[in-house]
Parts: sequence; C-alpha cells; structure tokens
Amino acid sequence: MGDVFVLAEHRRGELREVTLEMLGKGRELAGQLGGQLKAVLLGHGVDAFAKELADQAHEVLVVEDERLENFNSELYQKVLASLLTERKPTLTLIGHTACGMDLAPSLAAELNLPLATDCIGFEFEDGRLLAIREMYGGKLQARVSFLESRISNLESQYMATVRQAAFPLQELEPLGGQIVALDSPLAEEARRKKFIEYVEAAVGEVDITQSEIVVAVGRGIKERENLEIVEKLAEAVGGVLAGSRPVIDAGWLPPERQVGQSGKTVKPKLYIAVGISGASQHLAGMKGSETIVAINKDPNAPIFNVATYGIVDDLFKVVPALTEQLSGA
Amino acid sequence: MDTVVCVKHVPETAEADIVIREDERGIEEKDLTFDINEADNYAVEEALLWKEKFGGSVTVITVGPEDANMTVRMCMAKGADRAIRLDDERFEGSDSYAIAKILHAALKDMDFDVVLTGIQASDDGHGQVGPILAQMLGIPHAASVVETEIIEEGKLARVHRELEGGLHEVVEIELPAVLTIQTGINEPRYASILGIRKATKKEIALSGLDDLGLGEDEVGEAGSKTRLEKLFLPPAGERAQILEGPPQEVSAELIGLLKDKGVI
Ligand SMILES: Cc1cc2nc3c(=O)[nH]c(=O)nc-3n(C[C@H](O)[C@H](O)[C@H](O)COP(=O)(O)OP(=O)(O)OC[C@H]3O[C@@H](n4cnc5c(N)ncnc54)[C@H](O)[C@@H]3O)c2cc1C
Ligand SMILES: Cc1cc2nc3c(=O)[nH]c(=O)nc-3n(C[C@H](O)[C@H](O)[C@H](O)COP(=O)(O)OP(=O)(O)OC[C@H]3O[C@@H](n4cnc5c(N)ncnc54)[C@H](O)[C@@H]3O)c2cc1C
Repeated sequence: MGDVFVLAEHRRGELREVTLEMLGKGRELAGQLGGQLKAVLLGHGVDAFAKELADQAHEVLVVEDERLENFNSELYQKVLASLLTERKPTLTLIGHTACGMDLAPSLAAELNLPLATDCIGFEFEDGRLLAIREMYGGKLQARVSFLESRISNLESQYMATVRQAAFPLQELEPLGGQIVALDSPLAEEARRKKFIEYVEAAVGEVDITQSEIVVAVGRGIKERENLEIVEKLAEAVGGVLAGSRPVIDAGWLPPERQVGQSGKTVKPKLYIAVGISGASQHLAGMKGSETIVAINKDPNAPIFNVATYGIVDDLFKVVPALTEQLSGA
Repeated sequence: MDTVVCVKHVPETAEADIVIREDERGIEEKDLTFDINEADNYAVEEALLWKEKFGGSVTVITVGPEDANMTVRMCMAKGADRAIRLDDERFEGSDSYAIAKILHAALKDMDFDVVLTGIQASDDGHGQVGPILAQMLGIPHAASVVETEIIEEGKLARVHRELEGGLHEVVEIELPAVLTIQTGINEPRYASILGIRKATKKEIALSGLDDLGLGEDEVGEAGSKTRLEKLFLPPAGERAQILEGPPQEVSAELIGLLKDKGVI
C-alpha cells in the first residue's frame, strides 16, 4: 500500500522527459506515503526504456504488445484500468501532455478516482495529500484536495497529471528496480479510435531557434496593423520576430514563429516579450533564455516572474521609444 | 450532422486585477467582464462550418448562472439553432466530474453526431470535462483537436491531435464522439448585427437538477471528487528588476543594462 505509479510516456523511440521528472517527484511521494515507486511502461519493443526506468523506480511494470506501439488513449485506458484495479496504487501520476490530457480524465472517471490535473506541486496536510495547481493563466495558485472514496471498502486511490518541467530532473541514486513483464490484457484491436500517422510541423522560412535575439509579441498588440511597431523593434535590435499562440492562431504570424509548448523552444541570449502575459505554455518555450525583458502594462502578469528586466507600461509608448533609441545609438 | 457544443462563460482575467474572495475559495467577480471561453469559441465555429457543409443543427449548452445567457445568445447570433442553460443552486461546489455529470444528464437522451468542448477552460483550466463526458456517454473522444475531416457522416471522422512542439497525430475516430477543440483550428466569425438582433428574441431552454433527473448527491460538492481548498498568490520568486520612469528614460536605462551584459 502507499505505492506511487508513474506512467512512462514515450514517442517515436524516445522516452519523454516528463517521465523522469515524475519519477523524481514520485520517489519522494512514495517515501512519504510509505510505499514503493513503480514505473508503468506500455509499448512495443521497449526493453531499452525498461532498463532506463529501472534505475529510477523500485519496479518497472511492462506491458509489451504491438498494438501499444503508438499512444492510443482507448488502448491505454483498457490496459491501465485493469492494472490499476488489480494493483491499487495510492497515487498514479501521468504527464499533463497531449497524451495525458487525452487519457487521464476518462480513465479516472471509469475507475471512479479523483483526478487533479496540471499539478505543479504536492503537499501533505495531516497525512492528507493535496495538489497545487495554477489558475487564471498563472495569476493564482490553488490547493486542491482529493475527496475520499465514498465506497467505504475501497482504499483511497488518487490520480494526478503533472505539468511538464514543473519538477526539475535530479541526480538520484539508482534504485536498480526489477523489470516485471505483465501479460497484455488487450483482447482485440482498437475499435473506436485508430492511430494513423504523425504529421511534422511545416518547415517555415525562418528558424527562430537559431537567432540570438528574439522579440516576441502577444495578444497585447490588439490588432494585426499594430504588429509593425514590434517588427521595427526586432529590426532595430537585430533580432527575429516571434509570437505567442493567440498571435499565430489569428494568422498574424506563421506557425513556425510560435514560441511555447506547442510551438518552438528558444534559448536566445536576449528574449523580449511584448504584451505577453506569461502563461505556462508560453514560458515552456522561452524560460531558458539568458536575458529576458518583459514589457506589459499589468504588474501582476506572470511573465515578470521569469523576466530579468521588466517595464510595466503601455507597450504602444515603450516599444517606439525603445526602437528609436536603438536606431539612434 | 447534429453537433452539440459545450460552452463556458468565463471571466477575462489576462489584463484584470484579480481579487481573492474572503473565503479564499474563489475570486471576486463583480468587476470582471465575462465572455465565451476562448477554445469554446473555436468549437462553435467548427460546428457552424459543419452545419454549412452538411446541414443539420448546432446546439450550445452551458452550465452557469443567468449571466451566461449572454454567451449562449452570442452563439445563436452566429448561427447556433438552439441553446440550453443548466442552472441550479445545488450545482454550487461542482468540480469537473460533477459538471460533466450535469452535462451528461442533459445530453444522454439527445441525438447528436459529435459533441464538442474546448480543450480547457481559461479560468480553472482543468482540461477534464470533455473526456469525462465521453466516458459517461460511453463514446470515444479525442483531445486537443486542431483539424477535422468528417469521412462519413454519423460514422467516422479523421482528426489531427496537436502534440508538443508543433507535431500532430492523425487519428480516426468512430462517431458519435466527443472532440476537445484547441484554439487556432479555424477563424471564428463575428456575429452580424442582424444575427444579434434575432438572437435576442430566441428562447434559451433552462433546466435544473430536478428536470435533469439528478439527485442532490450527484452534483455540487457531494457529487465531486476534488475540492478547491484555498486560492493564493504564486510565491514570489526571483522577480524581474522593474525599470521605472517615462518611456524615453526606461528605454535608455534598458539599453545601458543590455549593453553592460553584452547581449546587444
Ligand atoms: C495545450 C496548450 C498548448 C498551448 N501552447 C502554447 C504555446 O505554444 N505558446 C503560447 O504562447 N501559448 C500556448 N498556449 C496558450 C496559453 O495558455 C495562453 O493562452 C497564451 O500564451 C496567451 O498569450 P498572450 O500572453 O499573448 O495573451 P494574454 O494572456 O491575453 O496576455 C496579453 C497580455 O498583454 C498585456 N497587454 C495588453 N495591452 C497591453 C498594452 N497596451 N501594453 C502592454 N501590455 C499590454 C496584458 O496585460 C496581458 O498580460 C497553449 C494552451 C494550451 C491549452
Ligand atoms: C455552476 C458552477 C458551480 C461551480 N462551483 C465551484 C465551486 O464551488 N468551487 C470551485 O472551485 N469551482 C466551482 N466551479 C468551477 C468548476 O469546478 C469548473 O468549472 C469545473 O471543474 C470544470 O473545469 P474547468 O472549468 O476547468 O473546465 P475544463 O475541463 O478545462 O473545460 C473544458 C471544456 O469543457 C466545457 N465546459 C467546462 N465547464 C463548462 C460549463 N460550466 N458549461 C458548459 N461546458 C463547460 C467547455 O467546452 C470547456 O472548454 C463551478 C462551476 C460551475 C459552472
């Protein structure tokens, strides 16, 4: 009892980093819960992953099945529903990724488990597990409790999805866990949902990841016509123009210019964020930049928590002034 | 092609000052403006595009207070045929599971080909309601959809799911299904003046707990699996050095700092 299960996420022959982040945090939580840490690996031809995971878990539960080669929430849900019902871990962690978002809510609902999503922290209060998550685009955080199962003969079981990069990778002592092969409970092919193929992002004209200076514009720019002032700033500072998701969604900049979780990850020497609030999905793509400048009229915008320098003012005043002085200099 | 779109009426908080309520379990809403959740706006557009292509109907449904009429009415102004609002005092305290339960009660006897939700609500941001609803309805779902193609009406769709870093995954999914729509999938239209005028006269069907045939213990806190205990400001990390003064001065100061650092 008190076990923590971590679902390994992998794609196209690579173990995804969130898996190791969850195992790091999971080890600590399993200790606090007085149980073991187990990695759960579903896939086809994944022996190498199993070995890698064994270093970081007390046990690796492997379900090998060719139907599990690519992620499919229908099949994953079937396998995990059977595994979690049988083994009853106290806590199951799944990445808050495109896969986790497709899988966790329906799996938790099927098993009648409480689920907290996009968690960035966990706490214990009087022995009770609490999850920490962001709300309102990162402007506030919330402490969320899991309600006890009202079916009294059941052990408490919880599920949480974990934000990517919320828990830094740690150098931990290898656990040398056992690899346990389990029979696949799948009786048939996926019926209702079939994986067809991956489609790569189109390669655009510019590669913003190659630039030493990136000037990114967000929804604060309001209109397409206004983009010009930020374009001029980019020119004056010798950088490339990029954008947050709403600017790309609106078609004001092409997709290859999007910075963030579902766009590009950039690590330039200088990143200037103009009218960008700093939602986690945006930060995921730029917080590794060396120097970050944020221009935003809202002093509480989360972008100021990662910026080196901040200017709290109207971008329509600051950007032209900055451009003018850079050009003059 | 009959589509149901679940829409949430949410506060716009990107530019607003947020004040935590005294009980620390919610925010003061009176000074905030509300609108349709961003992703739900794209979901409504996708449904309207299908209606234009295949015929059929678009129904919008929301769980929310009377103010939410504004949001569903705007959907009707854009072309949705029908609107349903679910409201009851006893819904207070509902988490994602309970909200899905309420929506499920309203949808379970309806005929539809697809149910659309947004990928997540911009306020609470759980990203749970769509897939839970699918589970309750016993139909498949796909989350984070950025492209759709109906291959055979009522039978099969092919959708692109957005993964990380711009990668997409193509899946085929049996209909009826629940799809959770990601922003950017289309270009949401604006309502016409005429549309808005017509929509003001349209009826919004209202149902409460008893109409839905739900028990008190299935909704609100009793019907929930999680509970928001406390809201708080993010811990102050290493905040930015804020440069103050008129634009000319801060610009000069910033350029100086960046030059000293050798980044420009
Ligand atoms: C699965 C998923 C993936 C996502 N992937 C990405 C991604 O890859 N990249 C990404 O960026 N987002 C992504 N998002 C969206 C993300 O959650 C936010 O919605 C988005 O980043 C917000 O963009 P923004 O900061 O430009 O807009 P907003 O949050 O609307 O912020 C606009 C800001 O502009 C400021 N402002 C307004 N007017 C002015 C002015 N005159 N002067 C100065 N400041 C002003 C406001 O104070 C505000 O802070 C994703 C979301 C999901 C659910
Ligand atoms: C009547 C009511 C009472 C509430 N009471 C509380 C409370 O006391 N304490 C508390 O912490 N929270 C409360 N909430 C918030 C509630 O917990 C969340 O709205 C719920 O968990 C859904 O999560 P989400 O909004 O993050 O939706 P997500 O799962 O992120 O939403 C995904 C999609 O589901 C659909 N959807 C979500 N909500 C609705 C809705 N209301 N109507 C129609 N479609 C929807 C939309 O398409 C949305 O894009 C309440 C909400 C409502 C509507």
